[in-house]
Amino acid sequence: MLDYETLKVIWWLLVGVLLVGFAVMDGHDMGVGTLLPFVGKDDTERRVIINTVGPHWDGNQVWFITGGGAIFAAWPLVYATAFSGFYWAMLAVLWALFFRPVGFDYRSKIDNATWRKTWDWGLFVGGAVPPLIFGVAFGNLLQGVPFHFDANLVPYYEGSFWGLLNPFALLAGVVSSAMITFHGAVYLAHRTEGEIQQRSVRAALLFGVIALAAFAAAGLWVQAIPGYVIAAGADPASLPNPLAKEVVREAGAWMANYRHQPLLWAVPALAFLGGLAAMWAVRAGRTFFAFWASSVMIAGIIGTAGVAMFPFVMPSSTDLRSSLTVWDSVSSHLTLTVMFWATLIFMPLIIVYTSWAYKVMAGKVTKAYILENEKQAY
Amino acid sequence: MNETLVDLSRLQFAATAMYHFLFVPLTLGLTWMLVIMESLYVMTGKQVYQDMVKFWGKLFGINFALGVTTGITLEFQFGTNWAYYSHYVGDIFGAPLAIEGLMAFFLESTFIGLFFFGWNRLSRPQHLLVTLLMAVGTNLSALWILVANGWMQNPVGSEFSFQTMRMEMTSFWDVVFNPVAQAKFVHTVSAGYVTGAMFVLSISAYYLLKKRDLEFAKRSFRVAAAFGFASACSVVVLGDESGYTMAEKQQSKLAALEAMWETEPAPAALKLVAGIDEANQRNTWELEIPWVLGIIGTRSLDTPLPGIKEIIARNRERVESGVEAVKALNVLRRDASDPQALALFETHKENLGFGLLTRKYVADIMQVTPEIMDKAAASTIPPVKPLFWTFRLMVLLGFSFIALFAVALWYSVKDTFAEKRWLLRWALYFLPLPWVASEMGWFVAEYGRQPWTIAEVLPTHLSVSTLSVQSLYGSLAGFVGFYTLLLIVELYLMFRFGRLGPSSLGTGRYYWERQGALQSA
Repeated sequence: MLDYETLKVIWWLLVGVLLVGFAVMDGHDMGVGTLLPFVGKDDTERRVIINTVGPHWDGNQVWFITGGGAIFAAWPLVYATAFSGFYWAMLAVLWALFFRPVGFDYRSKIDNATWRKTWDWGLFVGGAVPPLIFGVAFGNLLQGVPFHFDANLVPYYEGSFWGLLNPFALLAGVVSSAMITFHGAVYLAHRTEGEIQQRSVRAALLFGVIALAAFAAAGLWVQAIPGYVIAAGADPASLPNPLAKEVVREAGAWMANYRHQPLLWAVPALAFLGGLAAMWAVRAGRTFFAFWASSVMIAGIIGTAGVAMFPFVMPSSTDLRSSLTVWDSVSSHLTLTVMFWATLIFMPLIIVYTSWAYKVMAGKVTKAYILENEKQAY
Repeated sequence: MNETLVDLSRLQFAATAMYHFLFVPLTLGLTWMLVIMESLYVMTGKQVYQDMVKFWGKLFGINFALGVTTGITLEFQFGTNWAYYSHYVGDIFGAPLAIEGLMAFFLESTFIGLFFFGWNRLSRPQHLLVTLLMAVGTNLSALWILVANGWMQNPVGSEFSFQTMRMEMTSFWDVVFNPVAQAKFVHTVSAGYVTGAMFVLSISAYYLLKKRDLEFAKRSFRVAAAFGFASACSVVVLGDESGYTMAEKQQSKLAALEAMWETEPAPAALKLVAGIDEANQRNTWELEIPWVLGIIGTRSLDTPLPGIKEIIARNRERVESGVEAVKALNVLRRDASDPQALALFETHKENLGFGLLTRKYVADIMQVTPEIMDKAAASTIPPVKPLFWTFRLMVLLGFSFIALFAVALWYSVKDTFAEKRWLLRWALYFLPLPWVASEMGWFVAEYGRQPWTIAEVLPTHLSVSTLSVQSLYGSLAGFVGFYTLLLIVELYLMFRFGRLGPSSLGTGRYYWERQGALQSA
């Protein structure tokens, strides 16, 4: 059995892997959903776009479900505090996601222009809203969230929904939205041809530039906002109790990890390299490479925020010691061990059969395919 | 905790969970029927079997879309609305949910894409394998969800830790092989199989009544009759297994749904119907079958089953001990090394949950009076009347399904069912009933668990998130509005494609297409 402290770090990495997996896999079909009404000019074009992700969106969405379950199992206090605190933001995500399964499956079952256009906008909402809100949520995590625990560890959220929409958080929302839309555009360029492909390439260049510029701006801004530091307590090997520590707020504290370990600068560097490489490749027609490069960009951007905050996960701005860290918001040693092995066994299997599914469905989705499969395609 | 907040949180959870379960049973059952139909296709090579897989698969897809939509809510609602629950038991409860995602839901959801779009890209055996893996994923998904749910009814393999102020897992395998979870799993999936079989049987009967697509409908009807008969028998037999585990692990639920006020001499009688006087804790009249409940509940003739009054008296003692546990815990939260509190806590720890029940009446444990303890003890029995009647209706429906499928199977074997219009009508009218029975089953299981979220560990009223009542009204209204709209759309598509039948596949082989009457779709 691995020791508790090691497992706590491993689970920080695994949650990161699940988040990146979600952003890369579910992200590309959300990006496709966001672009759908703009890149597809008529019904057949829109069906081409939808069918590039048709066989895969459902499997991809499980990254989101599993991410939620894994946070519940590994970081129950984070699951409890974040989702109840961000109540309306979370409901907005869920309600936006409602449009996806029904949008994909029901849209083309009825041959009526109004019906289909309505679902197209539903798919847009399902694709555009969740990445925006996740970005805004990350922006708030970086600034600290107003909540505290009572002595029985009941979480109380003291903010409002509107308080989440502050300038820095909105910038983080732009980073997230643009990054996911960029990724979706790159995927579309890979799976389509002709005019749809050309429009996708243009969208990719536009959103790639926005994503990297907003990411750079957020990186500069974050040096000015106060970060959080553990002053005492929260021994990594101890039993988790978030109230048994002292936390202070310090300007520039989110840069401390990068100062102490300069190698970590590689993480934001990868975000830029991945993004630039993807933009170059998608213009050069090397779309498969571009997809992997934009995936690297996503991992770099999410990783940059994660590294900056480590070991904090959800700092509290109103009761500093209530802040949740990887040391004191986790499950028991046994549960972390069980979940570690479950992930180690099933994650490779998932990757193998997902890859097989993509391989079976590989190739360009064309207008001819849609017309031949009028009744079967989405 | 604010009572309105607790009630609204419960209502929202119940509404969204029961709504989700409108779609789950059909998914559970139809996937296996698709496997059976496709196996027949691969073995015989007959086109009609492939058309069956594709057509029933289309209806399966319409249903599945809403199953996924409504399932997303449930994965996150523990966090949004049951924050203290999530903290208090997440160490145990979160694990099966996460494993469900990793092991089952990924499998199901990845292969469902290939099921719909892989026909021309996979060989026949490969496609059959895809369908099979989808069915396996679906059923494994139910397994892990019911492991989580079974633990709420019978929280094994875990222990309270005062340092972390929560329940912690002590044995993963005890949680997985929880007898209540296992009994619930087999009972629930077979209820799903009945639903899937009834769906195919009823709609096929409709085509036969309309004299359309006879070859297609007859073959579908036969598969459904055989699969349905086996499933309906197992749902009742396995429900009886649930009764046995309930008698052992969930005595208050059993006593309530049997309206058994007094401890009866073994072997207890099974009440068919009764006039229940809840206020005076008695039944005005009863119609019983001797011995049966004792045999179902204890698998013996000499073990008595405790009645409601005896359970309340026992729980009164547990409340008193639980109050001591809470007092000791409060000391330990301030000073974890206080030896006196530690010893006291160890003595009373197993009744901690009963002590927490008093929080509903008074926030400060030092203010608990004997009257409050009486109230807390009395609250450990869920309301009797709704449980008693819901349970009976569910059982009655279960037996009526066996009857229908038995007759349908009999005439399938004789190959005369297509002319028996009374049988076809019977099958058609029964279409909605498996859903009614499934929802009642959930009601009995979860309403019968009250006043706890985790039986004898965590009271419901302590489990909720500290949200405002306005937030709850808003979100509840949102869910009801959204779900009603989605249900209307879903039913519209189901009826439309149900009426169209296999003509919707666009093969040119079926009724509406040969009539040249296919206007749209």
